[in-house]
Amino acid sequence: MKAESSQGSRVDAGALPESLPRVLVLWAPDWPVVAARQHEKLPADAPLVLVEKGLVFAAAASARAEGVTRGLRLREAQSRFPGIIDRPYDPALDSRAFEPVLAGVEELIPGVQVLRPGMCAVRVRGAALYYGGEKAAALTVIDRVNEIAASDARVGIADALFTAVHAARSTSAADPRSRGGRVRMVPAGSSAEFLSPLPIAVLEEPPIVNLLVKLGISTLGEFAHLDRLDVRTRFGELGARLHALASGRDPQAFVARTPPLDLDVVIDFEPALDRVDQVAFGIRSRADEFVAGLVQAQLVATAIRIELDSESGEVAERVWLHPRSFSASDVVDRVRWQVQGSALIEAGLSSGISRVRIVPETVDEIGNHETGLWGSGLEPRIHHGLSRVQSMLGHGGVLVPTIEGGRTLQARQRLTAWGDRSVTERSPQRPWPGVLPAPLPGTVFSTRHAVHVFAEDGTTVSVDERGHVAAPPAQFSTSDSRSRTLTAWAGPWPLAERWWEAESPGRSWRFQAVDDTGCAWLLVLDDGGWWAEARYD
Amino acid sequence: MSYAIDTLEHMFEYEQVSPVSASAASATAEEFLAGREASSGATLTAAERVAELQSRISQMQSRTLSSTLIPTHPAIASLLPGGGLQQGSVYSVDSSAMLLMMLLAAPSAAGSWCAVVGVPEFGIEAAQRFGVDLERLVLVPHPGDQWLAVTAAIADVVDVVVARPPTRASDSAVARLASRLRQRKSTLLMVGSWPQSEAMVSLGESQWHGIGNGHGHLAAREVTVTVTSKSAGRPRSARIWLPDSSEQIRAHGAAEMAPAPLRALPHKVSA
Repeated sequence: MKAESSQGSRVDAGALPESLPRVLVLWAPDWPVVAARQHEKLPADAPLVLVEKGLVFAAAASARAEGVTRGLRLREAQSRFPGIIDRPYDPALDSRAFEPVLAGVEELIPGVQVLRPGMCAVRVRGAALYYGGEKAAALTVIDRVNEIAASDARVGIADALFTAVHAARSTSAADPRSRGGRVRMVPAGSSAEFLSPLPIAVLEEPPIVNLLVKLGISTLGEFAHLDRLDVRTRFGELGARLHALASGRDPQAFVARTPPLDLDVVIDFEPALDRVDQVAFGIRSRADEFVAGLVQAQLVATAIRIELDSESGEVAERVWLHPRSFSASDVVDRVRWQVQGSALIEAGLSSGISRVRIVPETVDEIGNHETGLWGSGLEPRIHHGLSRVQSMLGHGGVLVPTIEGGRTLQARQRLTAWGDRSVTERSPQRPWPGVLPAPLPGTVFSTRHAVHVFAEDGTTVSVDERGHVAAPPAQFSTSDSRSRTLTAWAGPWPLAERWWEAESPGRSWRFQAVDDTGCAWLLVLDDGGWWAEARYD
Repeated sequence: MSYAIDTLEHMFEYEQVSPVSASAASATAEEFLAGREASSGATLTAAERVAELQSRISQMQSRTLSSTLIPTHPAIASLLPGGGLQQGSVYSVDSSAMLLMMLLAAPSAAGSWCAVVGVPEFGIEAAQRFGVDLERLVLVPHPGDQWLAVTAAIADVVDVVVARPPTRASDSAVARLASRLRQRKSTLLMVGSWPQSEAMVSLGESQWHGIGNGHGHLAAREVTVTVTSKSAGRPRSARIWLPDSSEQIRAHGAAEMAPAPLRALPHKVSA
């Protein structure tokens, strides 16, 4: 059996393609940590720990050296090494950060297959001829990747993906400092010998692996010794596949990814333009091309990024969202708004615009965006009307409200510009002890007004540490110094939010008071004095 | 009496009067003058005469405007001329957020889009509790100098618009906006006074319940809402829970401010 498999695939026709594709697997160890470190711009030896659901998901080498391992509770990890920097794990960041690496590898060797973020594969035959040997090709790739992402990349080269992956993983045992130690090549036809001593657990199929261990099979070699038909009869298709992997015959076909289409549009202005209408006119036809290019790829853009380069080298970029999809005139509008905004204060461009770059940030299948026979969800009329108002007042002129969780009135309301995606950070459904009792005030001042609250004898009302009101409030005056007599009041209700933070707002006391005109107020006393936060009118 | 003359003058000044209504109005003026002579000796008092003339004017006006009602909260619908908020009309509303929310709630719940222009301190959560659907609410907090253009542009697409004019608008701008609203069939609620409004909704005496001197909390409020309109004659008002202790708006038992005209009870015929 072993002899049969080590002789290669020619004997096992059908399970493998005719010729063995030599595969190069690039592995960047601890990729989640590397990606997060790049994102946070932390030094290479920072003890970064990524946390998912309260457990350590990945830890930097410096943290691992202190005993922080995957699966530990965060508290436990902190007790083992108090200096760790903990960040939530973001799988999207992994993929995003890996994209430049893929592009870099693609520049050297075309046809990259992504296995997972941090690991990709390429066919190495052509590259080996070009760079003068597989090792030379591997070293070129490693150098390139280390240049793009400051990571300690490893390479494994073998006949099939599975073997190459484990060849790359086995490099960690070697001395990683020497360049050669980062590459492990398994000679053609010797996959089975290479895999044979590896523990059976590398198959990562716990039910079958556990059973095999109970049966006394602890290495891949021992598993490969079993008869293929016996394995298939006992373990089914999955077992047969694992058996093929263990014998160095990876049935997985190599599928190179299609590099993403280049749909960006770059418009250069020579000489640079400093008037909005000129820029808008200049990009009009290219905006048409941009949308036509998307349509040709059967796509529509739902978010675009516009980058404006000025003559003096400044760059202003912004992502624009669209509730439906961008048409050419929408693109022109967005560029115009951005130029208008930047010409004044927002982005602070001080000179003429020399280049506009339009990048589709989010695209979708065009089929999902065709207008239905009976119209689509959002009424287009509303959208057009409100977009017109936006073109008068700017993007942030038209706002859509949502309710968020929070204790203060200001924190509970969130305004998003029309067309932007509203992101709720705190769920309003959760209990928020300390919120105001119903009914809520109809007028919530966007900036609270300073007021003075007096007792009968004309002294300012104060509240002591234990929540005792020195004298009942009898009068208050707003900034326009008109004094109002209070007919009823209630409070104080303490509010101490995030008192553990250095920049916490501190403790405040809330009061409700009704003045003699029948109007009710929400008054707040904090370290800065008395404030009117809202009015029940 | 001078009020009636004002009304007529007002009509000539601002309204694009069609030839028919112009002649009708002049006829009314003649009648009015005649009526004044007659009133010196007749049984009709001056106030009654004015009321009668006003109702005739409103009849003539309503013939030129084909108005459809939009959903209106039942607590206030009966006070408004025509029995509810009308499409294509402007209403002046007192500067009270809860009053605005009460007027917005019913159309919003019925599926209309609403917009609030120039009111940055509009309490969103209170609006939601009163029944305004935030999915169909748009805010333009700072329209600046272009508020009139913004209001008109929004009124083109949104059914009910609340606007607070930061400055006084010129008469021609007011007339342009009014005709645009009529054309687009959207309703405008102006915070503060506004010339040519269909009715003025104002908040009178209000009384809070549930709060004492250092105890309890604001729980419910009774207010007097008064609607003054030229067509209806005298102001109508009602006590309304705005809101009651379960955050609902409901009428407290409507009553007219002016005493109802006396009417003879029919004789009971005993068998």
